[in-house]
Amino acid sequence: MAAKIGYDEVEVGTELPAQSFPVTRATLVRYAGASGDFNPIHWNEKFAKEVGLPDVIAHGMFTMAEAIRVVTDWVGDPGAVVEYGVRFTKPVVVPNDDKGALVEVSAKVAAKLDDSRVRVDLTAMSAGQKVLGMARAVVRLA
Amino acid sequence: MALDQSFVGRSYPPTEPYEVGREKIREFAEAVRDPNPVYTDPEAAKALGYSDLIAPPTFVFAITFKAAGDVIADPQLGLDYSRVVHGDQKFAYSRPVRAGDRLTVTSTIETIKSLAGNDIIDVRGEVHDEAGEHVVTAWTKLVARAAGEA
Repeated sequence: MAAKIGYDEVEVGTELPAQSFPVTRATLVRYAGASGDFNPIHWNEKFAKEVGLPDVIAHGMFTMAEAIRVVTDWVGDPGAVVEYGVRFTKPVVVPNDDKGALVEVSAKVAAKLDDSRVRVDLTAMSAGQKVLGMARAVVRLA
Repeated sequence: MALDQSFVGRSYPPTEPYEVGREKIREFAEAVRDPNPVYTDPEAAKALGYSDLIAPPTFVFAITFKAAGDVIADPQLGLDYSRVVHGDQKFAYSRPVRAGDRLTVTSTIETIKSLAGNDIIDVRGEVHDEAGEHVVTAWTKLVARAAGEA
């Protein structure tokens, strides 16, 4: 492992560079293929509405995959992530237009642990709503 | 319908090995539009000390969820899979998944709860490589919404 951020360089409250991730219907179709999750709520508007959703929604695991990029881009080595967990609180609704939805992710160091590890707390928002809860990663720094 | 509590603690036999391919990792990284070269370029992975491409942190979910699916489809458990949504997801890694890995998943039902008519089930998937070494553990919380609720 080769984290590019040193444990001594960060303190509780250190903010990681925030990022925004656009999501369109095409993104979801591609993710469905790559992940093997073909649940129609992620690509079929008629089906999504029949089961009570406002529209097609993004895969929770897609949002989870995007959110951790704020951490892996910061630390350089994705293998430095030793724990990662989220709660799926609200769906990311993806309309059928050329803009789709936007997932905005911010993160900060919440605790310094032993063995050069830190806990990073993440916030993921879409359309003004928190889409992930209890989003936390533990990362081993250099 | 309340689920059978006697399933708590039940473990299922390890899955057949899943072989992690370089192209599958590249396809996944492209799908989440993550340009980190450690997912696509073996030299970049080697520069970080890995023997081959590594996979993004959530890649392994495709493997553990398939294994969990076999568990929750167990007709004796009686879970209505058509009403299931993903509640929580957590991973704890011993090392990143990498190309060439042959991974098996051993699933265990950790808890079964009923809350306001919803059935909630926690499944733990332990992922091991061909040498029997632990790679990652995945915890998946699934919620089967009460019948009659949209």
